Amino acid sequence: MDTTLALVLILAPLFGFLLNIFFGKQLGKTLSGAIGTFTVIVSFAVTLYFFLNITETNQAIQVKLFDWIAISDFKVDFGFLLDHLSLLWLMFVTGIGALIHLYSISYMHDDENMHKFFAYLNLFVFFMISLVIGSNLLIMFIGWEGVGLCSYLLIGFWYKNQDFNDAAKKAFIMNRIGDLGLLVGIFIVGFVFKTIDFAELKTIVLAGTMNNEMWITIAAIALFIGAAGKSAQIPLYTWLPDAMAGPTPVSALIHAATMVTAGIFMITRLYFLFDLAPLVQDAIAIIGAITSLVAATIALVQTDIKKVLAYSTVSQLGLMFLALGMGAYEIAVFHVITHAFFKACLFLGSGSVIHALHNEQDMRKMGGLRKAMPITFITMLLSSLAISGIFPLAGFWSKDEILMTAFHGNPVLWVIGSLASIFTAFYMFRLMFLTFFNDFRGTEEQKKHLHESPALITFPLIVLAILATVGGLISLPGNSWLNHYLAPFFPNKEHIAHALGQTEYILMAIATVGALVGIGVAYAKYMKQNQVPGADATFTGISKVLYNKYYVDEIYDAIFVKPINALSNFFRDFVEVGLSAFVFGFGKVANELSFQGKKLQTGSIGFYLFIFVIGFCAIISYLFIEL
Amino acid sequence: MDISLLLIILLVGAIATFLAGDKMASKVALFFGLVSLGCTLYLLSLFNAGQNLDLTMAWITKPVISFSLKADGLAFAMLLLNGILTPIIILSSFGNEVKNAKNFYALILFMSFAMAGTFLASDGLLYYIFWELALIPIYFIALIWGNGDAEERKKAVVKFFIYTLAGSLFMLTAFIYLYSKAGSFQLEALYNLDLSADEQLWIFLAFFFAYAVKIPLIPFHTWQANVYQKAPTVGTMLLSGIMLKMGLYSVIRWQLPIAPMAAKEYMNIFIGLGIAGVIYGSIVALRQRDIKKLLAYSSLAHVGLIAAGTYALNLDGFRGAVLQMMAHGFVVVGLFFAAEIIYRRLDTRIISEMGGIRTQAPAFASMFMILVFASISLPSTFNFIGEFTVLYALFQVDMWFAILGGLTIILGAYYMLKLYQHSMLGETNTKIFKDVTFSEGLVMVSIIGVIMFFGFYPKPLTDLITPSLETILLQINR
Repeated sequence: MDTTLALVLILAPLFGFLLNIFFGKQLGKTLSGAIGTFTVIVSFAVTLYFFLNITETNQAIQVKLFDWIAISDFKVDFGFLLDHLSLLWLMFVTGIGALIHLYSISYMHDDENMHKFFAYLNLFVFFMISLVIGSNLLIMFIGWEGVGLCSYLLIGFWYKNQDFNDAAKKAFIMNRIGDLGLLVGIFIVGFVFKTIDFAELKTIVLAGTMNNEMWITIAAIALFIGAAGKSAQIPLYTWLPDAMAGPTPVSALIHAATMVTAGIFMITRLYFLFDLAPLVQDAIAIIGAITSLVAATIALVQTDIKKVLAYSTVSQLGLMFLALGMGAYEIAVFHVITHAFFKACLFLGSGSVIHALHNEQDMRKMGGLRKAMPITFITMLLSSLAISGIFPLAGFWSKDEILMTAFHGNPVLWVIGSLASIFTAFYMFRLMFLTFFNDFRGTEEQKKHLHESPALITFPLIVLAILATVGGLISLPGNSWLNHYLAPFFPNKEHIAHALGQTEYILMAIATVGALVGIGVAYAKYMKQNQVPGADATFTGISKVLYNKYYVDEIYDAIFVKPINALSNFFRDFVEVGLSAFVFGFGKVANELSFQGKKLQTGSIGFYLFIFVIGFCAIISYLFIEL
Repeated sequence: MDISLLLIILLVGAIATFLAGDKMASKVALFFGLVSLGCTLYLLSLFNAGQNLDLTMAWITKPVISFSLKADGLAFAMLLLNGILTPIIILSSFGNEVKNAKNFYALILFMSFAMAGTFLASDGLLYYIFWELALIPIYFIALIWGNGDAEERKKAVVKFFIYTLAGSLFMLTAFIYLYSKAGSFQLEALYNLDLSADEQLWIFLAFFFAYAVKIPLIPFHTWQANVYQKAPTVGTMLLSGIMLKMGLYSVIRWQLPIAPMAAKEYMNIFIGLGIAGVIYGSIVALRQRDIKKLLAYSSLAHVGLIAAGTYALNLDGFRGAVLQMMAHGFVVVGLFFAAEIIYRRLDTRIISEMGGIRTQAPAFASMFMILVFASISLPSTFNFIGEFTVLYALFQVDMWFAILGGLTIILGAYYMLKLYQHSMLGETNTKIFKDVTFSEGLVMVSIIGVIMFFGFYPKPLTDLITPSLETILLQINR
């Protein structure tokens, strides 16, 4: 029964993919979208069943289908693990997934390849589910690379534009750099522990009999490189902003709510390993904090609405890694969930805006949209308040917990995280003011057609905005449902009581004041003074550096891409030619030496073969006579 | 019933094709290709049921050369590769007009015969004869039915021929030396020889020259790209899909177990050479203008990794190498066929002259894309199974080997996605590009089917090859 249901859970979106890829065109747009959405709803329903089940029984379910790869040191089952962590993850993956599919029915309706879009989106959900419920590292890796494939397909969905294709390619290759790290991590784990099964690993590690500090540290580094690639952390983050080339629902689903959290999922899955590598944990916290600040500063000056949100995502992911590095896994998970709500809402909202403006993404050409698009405006406003950490919205609770943990761990990290949060409040309200307030700055033609989006688009927005508002309820300080729920997953961790002392209240107050300051500055600048960022060329000084993203892309280009291509040219034009000439040189020398034999060289291969056979016979007969 | 049935069918098929005349040749050849596949599967089922299919027949009494064939799991894996690819390759040429069709198709089957013989022979000299025999049909196929300027083609092909022949002569010398010690060419007898470390080194190197040219390993690869480019696609497929694997197979079957001490002593050097090929091949592939040359260098990179796997001298290395030989064989044939499909329509192999095909030929674009992702070892494809196993085998030797060899997953993605982007994507091509025909689609779908099936369920294959590889490993560690 459980096996069958687990198969339904994972295969439903695959079925949707197959239907849409083979028959999508004949099905027609509406049906194609409906099938795509329905299959994800099926997965969600099954997830809900398992989820309700586990809250009662507290029993994880293991499903084993067959032996997959034969490796001498460890077994690789094709199996699934439905435990507290994976089911929690599936809840928002399939839940938000279903909402975004629904949204896409309307959003993609004018696209001639809508059925392909739904096919890819379904395929993504399939791989994302595999990633989450894989019972060992390699099944997780199928999903891990599979979502990368779908990300590639969807970023480059409008494949006639080679810039988009470049972005897709870049995303895939940068992810692959991380994937090599992940692979090496898997090798080490398998080699040291003789298993890559999550449940077995946990048992072995928690039993404490394995004391291989060096290998565990190297494994943790390698695994973190994998996480950094998928979850866009320094130095592998530059693909995510480019990934915004994909249709907006893709940005919401893959590049905000689900796929990019895979790194956090993996580290939480293997928390017991990371706990044994404190140095790596420190590095994760530091990298997370720096990423959150760097990305937030870049977001301050971006003019493309989706780019702002993209850097915001990188920044928020950084905060999650900060929590992971502090060993506060359940807090990172908490922020993953609240972030999924408000960031998905923000992306979908921006999609609604882009849709209304006929594919305009430049905020300098927006403004005053709140009257025409009240639902989009209000839902985005709620999400903006949530991400800025305003009481009592979801982001307030999760971000505060991260900052509090940071404060107790290392005040410097707390300062960095707090700065990033203040910047977040600023750039989010800069976005809101530029988009929704003051006068419209677009063309007259656009102005005439300004409209609120249809219900298929606003409904997901409303649901997500509600979740972004009240989502904090799942983990209130002192009475955290989430911690209670996850307790069986962290058997070695004492239940952390979130008792609030004086320090905590002060920290909360500081964070709130910081967020209000951020919003206030944005208000003064973009609302009161009605400023609008100038043309690209007018950026100077620091803002020019920020606008150009610290020139990191250019630096990578100069350090990696160009040299490799130059080397390739060198190999092609010189080494290959030289080697070839060298081999022929041997031939020429032989030619000179066999000057006499030259007459025999008739150039007929038949003759050569004849000589070959004769020579062969000669050798045989030599043996024959000799022995 | 023994394994020689397969060889007989292929040889009879070659003769029948030749006699069938130009009109019928392709169909007769396809028929015999399919029969040989059926026969392979039938024999495999007998083998799995525990039947011994080996054959030993006296042939020449002095020196003692016997016609002996050994059908173990390893040989069957290679026969499967040969058996599945032969009809696919024949079918792939149905869209081309072939002059002198009876010779062309007869040569394909003859080559399949010689390669099957190479995989089966367990007498050194018989093996050598099959090994060289396989060279003859491919020589003519490349020379006569190849493309481009005839003089240039001749230069490339003759170079290839002489080069591989020269390499093989070292192997022949080694066999003769071994015979002088053992009094027999039989594999078992050669395995049981008690050779000194010095002798082993020389034998090892002599084999190495033959295999390094065939596989090819850098810097012995210079024949490859030009021949791949000049040969007709069928020839390129035979070479890259099956013939290269003769070299890799022979490393496991002959080189390592006969000279195990040398193999162990110098394993790091040879693993290093394989990995150097991975990196070098991948980097050269990046800036190739000709699609067939790009695929040739990608092949160089892939076989380099496989070779490194074999020289890792552990079970995972052998197992991964054999699986990857098969996986690479299927994928590379599919990719060369994709290049051929483009060539049939656009009359070019220059990547910059392609582009914008996806809009016009969505089915072809999807199939090509699956092959691209298989070749960069996306999990759930057969290639991932092989590559993962090989990399883990390298990891067991040294973590850095796994990391350096693992660069293939980054560099491979770079050049293959670049190829796909510039050949298939972008603004719609101004030239008309018809989607795949039925026979083209059939070829592609068969290959993709095999790749996906074994990607999810490689167990039948691993169960097949593991016992024989363990035996060989036991021999190496004796």
